[in-house]
Amino acid sequence: MPVITAEGLVKVYRSRKSEVRALDGLDLTVEEGTVVGMLGPNGAGKTTTVRILATLLRPDAGHATVAGFDVVRQAEQIRAVIGLSGQYAAVDENLTGRENLTMFGRLYQLPGGEARKRADALLEQFELSDAADRVVKTYSGGMRRRLDLGSALIGRPRLLFLDEPTTGLDPRSRLGMWDVIRRLVREGTTLLLTTQYLEEADALADTIAVVDVGRIIARGTADELKSQVGGERIEVVVRDRSAIPQAVEVLGRDCKGDVTVDDHTRRLTVPAYGGVQTLIQVVRDLDEASIAIDDIGLRRPTLDDVFLSLTGHVAAAIPGEGEGRAA
Amino acid sequence: MTSPIADGLIVTWRNLKRIPRIPELAIFAILQSIMFVLLFAFVFGGAIPLPGYPDPNAYREYLMPGIFGQTIVFAAATTTIGMTDDVNKGIIDRFRSLPMARSAVLIGRSLSDVVYNAGILIVLMLSGLVVGWTVRTGIPELLEGIALLLLFAFAMSWIGIWLGLSVPTVEVAQQVGFTVLFPITFVSNVFVPTQTLPSWLQVFAEWNPTSTLTAALRQLWGNPNPFASNSFAAQNPILVTLIWVVVIVGIFGPLGVRRYRSMSR
Repeated sequence: MPVITAEGLVKVYRSRKSEVRALDGLDLTVEEGTVVGMLGPNGAGKTTTVRILATLLRPDAGHATVAGFDVVRQAEQIRAVIGLSGQYAAVDENLTGRENLTMFGRLYQLPGGEARKRADALLEQFELSDAADRVVKTYSGGMRRRLDLGSALIGRPRLLFLDEPTTGLDPRSRLGMWDVIRRLVREGTTLLLTTQYLEEADALADTIAVVDVGRIIARGTADELKSQVGGERIEVVVRDRSAIPQAVEVLGRDCKGDVTVDDHTRRLTVPAYGGVQTLIQVVRDLDEASIAIDDIGLRRPTLDDVFLSLTGHVAAAIPGEGEGRAA
Repeated sequence: MTSPIADGLIVTWRNLKRIPRIPELAIFAILQSIMFVLLFAFVFGGAIPLPGYPDPNAYREYLMPGIFGQTIVFAAATTTIGMTDDVNKGIIDRFRSLPMARSAVLIGRSLSDVVYNAGILIVLMLSGLVVGWTVRTGIPELLEGIALLLLFAFAMSWIGIWLGLSVPTVEVAQQVGFTVLFPITFVSNVFVPTQTLPSWLQVFAEWNPTSTLTAALRQLWGNPNPFASNSFAAQNPILVTLIWVVVIVGIFGPLGVRRYRSMSR
């Protein structure tokens, strides 16, 4: 039996002026022991889904179960088996790291001694032992996220929700966070993770669920999703912008697919069904047409391509379009 | 399985731990009260005659119980700000995702604010002794007065909790807090005998919970307590204050709990 089932979840945020349909019939299942990554742009409904599954929010329609319990009627039982690490690090910045963990442990109904032992272990595990007795205010962004993750793990949850675990982190802290998450996964934690970073879903999740405007629009392993958009691509960077139309013509003829053009970077991309043979043909024809190129290569499709072909728009984060977090 | 009291005490501990970490909050709460004492004891006080008390020092003795009451009422703003801050920082979401008693967050907030107020009252009472306030009755009456103040602090914290869960940001919490609290503390017997007010306002001032609390303290401690009228509130300040406590908790307790529950909508 799957640890998460969600069917037809609908959530509408109403305010005086507007109505935002954050979820519009979302279906999702997560099997025990797997990592599912919900991938989508800001405002797609990822956070809303997590908040509903973590019993912080009630759906307007549809139903969902977590560990066999109904998210509306059996919220209390669910809270005893989940851990949640949110988009906004929900630790107390005026307490020390150790005080935070001990408090959350006690509230997870661990006895005092065990809460302290568990806090020590988590501080050690997340390399926070040296900072354990400093107030969280003094922590770096990465340390705060690790503490937040530790807080979510204090009760040894069966299921862990990570809502955008690396948003706002610098690249180094992000890689550190990925290591931490990978270690958890190796230990068998079931994980539902949301992210707007394609490479993050690729790096961490077994299965990726692509979310757009409140619905899952595709689901599969990273490889399955990539093969959905066809095989490899040829990417060409032409030297002169004026040569772009000519190059488009050559690529269109040799590859028989739609050519995507990025004017700004002078980059042209096209599916290459014939692989290396096609590439050789393209190089030859570009040379013959005297089109100067800076770069050319064959590459596997990225999840960006997946998103583009599934939705018709790129998965870029749109600034200012929050997830309509209900206060 | 979960106990509202045990979990509530953990949240209380957490709130109390925070006080010395942000000492400015407590220090300014005390300084603000001391400023009112100095302002009224030495600036306005001389111009405010107390009917029936010709001694010019009587005003300071009259003033202090009012300052204690006012401080407790203002403390509701601290509760509001603390609550709003917790909501906005995501701590409340964390609490709501834990298998803890639902009411513990609110109970913890209320209890810790009572303890916080007790601390502030001790400092204020000591400063009151310096400017000429005294308890003319006895230790039991002193303790009864303190108990009444803390009961009232408990009631006010539920107004603060409800407001804190109802406003969007800390800035709004601050504004709303002071807009509501200023008239409640000033249209009262805290600084001036209510005789000086127009008669329609006198009714409000006498039934105002800040006034009944202040009058109850003055009566308990034998401090100057000029009555404005023979109204029930003026004659039975202790009883009316206790009724206020019950009414306020009875109204704002359930309102706060409902607000807290409706966060999942």
